[in-house]
Amino acid sequence: MNAELNGAEITVRCLQEEGVQCIFGYPGGAVLFLYDELFKQDKVRHILVRHEQAAVHAADGYARSSNQVGVALVTSGPGVTNAVTGIATAYLDSIPMVVISGQVPTAAIGLDAFQEVDTVGITRPCVKHNFLVKDIAELAVTIKKAFYIASTGRPGPVLVDIPKDVTQQKARFVYPDSIHMRSYNPVVKGHSRQIKKAAQLISKAKRPVVYTGGGIILSDASSQLTELVHLLNFPCTNTLMGLGGYPATDKQFIGMLGMHGTYEANMAMQYCDVLVAIGARFDDRVIGNPKHFYNENRKIIHIDIDPSSISKRVKVDVPIVGSVPEVLRELIDFLKSDKEKIAHEALGEWWKQIDLWRERDCLKYDRDSAIIKPQMVVEQLYNVTKGNAFITSDVGQHQMWAAQFYKFDKPRRWINSGGLGTMGFGMPAAMGVQLANPKAKVACITGEASIQMCIQELSTCKQYKLPLKIINLNNRYMGMVRQWQEFFHGNRYAESYMDALPDFTKLAESYGHVGMQIEKPGDIEGALKEAFKLKDRLVFMDFITDQTENVFPMVPGGKGLSEMILV
Amino acid sequence: MRHIISLLMENEAGALSRVAGLFSARAYNIESLTVAPTEDATLSRMTLVTVGSDDVIEQITKQLNKLIEVVKVVDLSNGDHIERELMLVKVRAVGADREEIKRLADIFRGSIIDVTSKSYTIELTGTSSKLDAFIDAIERSAILETVRTGASGIGRGDRILKV
Repeated sequence: MNAELNGAEITVRCLQEEGVQCIFGYPGGAVLFLYDELFKQDKVRHILVRHEQAAVHAADGYARSSNQVGVALVTSGPGVTNAVTGIATAYLDSIPMVVISGQVPTAAIGLDAFQEVDTVGITRPCVKHNFLVKDIAELAVTIKKAFYIASTGRPGPVLVDIPKDVTQQKARFVYPDSIHMRSYNPVVKGHSRQIKKAAQLISKAKRPVVYTGGGIILSDASSQLTELVHLLNFPCTNTLMGLGGYPATDKQFIGMLGMHGTYEANMAMQYCDVLVAIGARFDDRVIGNPKHFYNENRKIIHIDIDPSSISKRVKVDVPIVGSVPEVLRELIDFLKSDKEKIAHEALGEWWKQIDLWRERDCLKYDRDSAIIKPQMVVEQLYNVTKGNAFITSDVGQHQMWAAQFYKFDKPRRWINSGGLGTMGFGMPAAMGVQLANPKAKVACITGEASIQMCIQELSTCKQYKLPLKIINLNNRYMGMVRQWQEFFHGNRYAESYMDALPDFTKLAESYGHVGMQIEKPGDIEGALKEAFKLKDRLVFMDFITDQTENVFPMVPGGKGLSEMILV
Repeated sequence: MRHIISLLMENEAGALSRVAGLFSARAYNIESLTVAPTEDATLSRMTLVTVGSDDVIEQITKQLNKLIEVVKVVDLSNGDHIERELMLVKVRAVGADREEIKRLADIFRGSIIDVTSKSYTIELTGTSSKLDAFIDAIERSAILETVRTGASGIGRGDRILKV
């Protein structure tokens, strides 16, 4: 326990102490001692990616699908700058992650050394916190702090920058059991008086909506949320980040809300009298223009672990800062003890109104098309996987169709870059998901533009035999860019056409995978079934889809939620 | 509205840049910023003067509190407080001006801390507006150099910012 170890050994021992089973990384000069120690042990498995961005996305997918802290290891300089996109992706979606980066030796810092960048400076705006470890004596406690900060409160990525000489120096290894920081004490329990106030508003509501985001997923509060919504018979909508937090096949689910949310969800948001927002942050893609969203007759209750999320874009009436599951537990118990007060009769009228909105059938599309409609691929994927797959996505139209048409009944099954909107996220994230859930079906819904941003990871998938199913909705356009250009830029498709595409089937095959191209709607189901039968192979399914299909409904940028463009 | 915000933070390398970075990243105004260690060398105390609507100030204090190294944040403007700023001014002082400038410094309760045959350096402490008034009272062409610390503040009486 108290033998002297070098910094590299200490780092690896810390990872073992944290129970880390899998890390994603790419070696380089500054981390050679760390890799040497990883080589000598077999508790922590290292997955070698082909680009550091993918290491971080994979750690991210691992974290999102398992609720463990994702870990990535990169070298100094370009290793770090390549990782920044991944770190920012995790930051915007509040994903618990620890990134360990190598740094040039302490004596060389500041001298423009080979592969030197100011890692702490570059990453500062896109991490929850970061550290530069200059003293070997601080190494173990710093890593402990990193895991603690990453996984508590509102989670987020934490970076630990370790100069090469620190990985060589020796110190006694003592891993702290717990950590106390006077400057960091996340609130857990909500204020009881505020919870009572919320309950009073809730029980009087005539046109209520429960609106939930990624906070439900991150805090594992799905069961409490479902219990609350059933108890109240309220309609529930989820944000893009919150899908799966409430079962999508439940009759009280009114779909996703926001820019590409359902008509019924957006109308209900706009016209409700009590809005219960939980683990969500009223961002621009969710409520559109806050001035249009404002409604003096609507009362808003907002439950969130992060005080700075409250009253940031929208003023709320009853803020409750606390851990979502704990607050919901207290709220449910309070409501149950006072049950007769809930205005159940009034809800009947509200549900009638919602059903009228539902009849608008806002997600309809041409099911008889001779060309493959992308929505149909997602629907068939849902049917073939019986809704049980983990679905990752890239960014664009395919992401929205995946969110609209794959009905997520469980949390942590829908994994996408909601905040930063990072093209290239899907496949590396799916690698992390598959490694965290080796037996699960994992599909990555992507497009021909996004997939090419991290296409090199087909090689990683081959090395580790990751049997992903890549669902490439290939419309030969950056579809979402094309859609905006069609709607708002006079059909001038500036640089949104993907010319000179590879033959994806052959490309997949050249990496040792199975490639398929599907051109007819009648072949979708059969091809998907065939692909999922190949349990131990990655299958790249290139679906040639309708180039002109658009995502509806759509709330144009700067408009209000009820100002949707409908099909 | 002008607000003066005081905070205590861990006296660690990079802590100041986290605060400065927060203000630039979120496009908050920053009029002045002073920082130095407290009697407890593990803590630094920072005073920030900023301008913003109530909503913006609320966000600023929340975002400051969210920084991992920040221990406590107080908006001093929410109650009775005292503000002081230190200024050093070097002025041209020749001939009849020497007496005039000395008198002016006395009126403002400044002290002359460096004297040459051609110049005085005056030390002046007070609220930022008092320092402004002193500058306005001297002929602009006589001012050779000024340096100001930015405001520091402390709550009155029982309003104490301490860990």
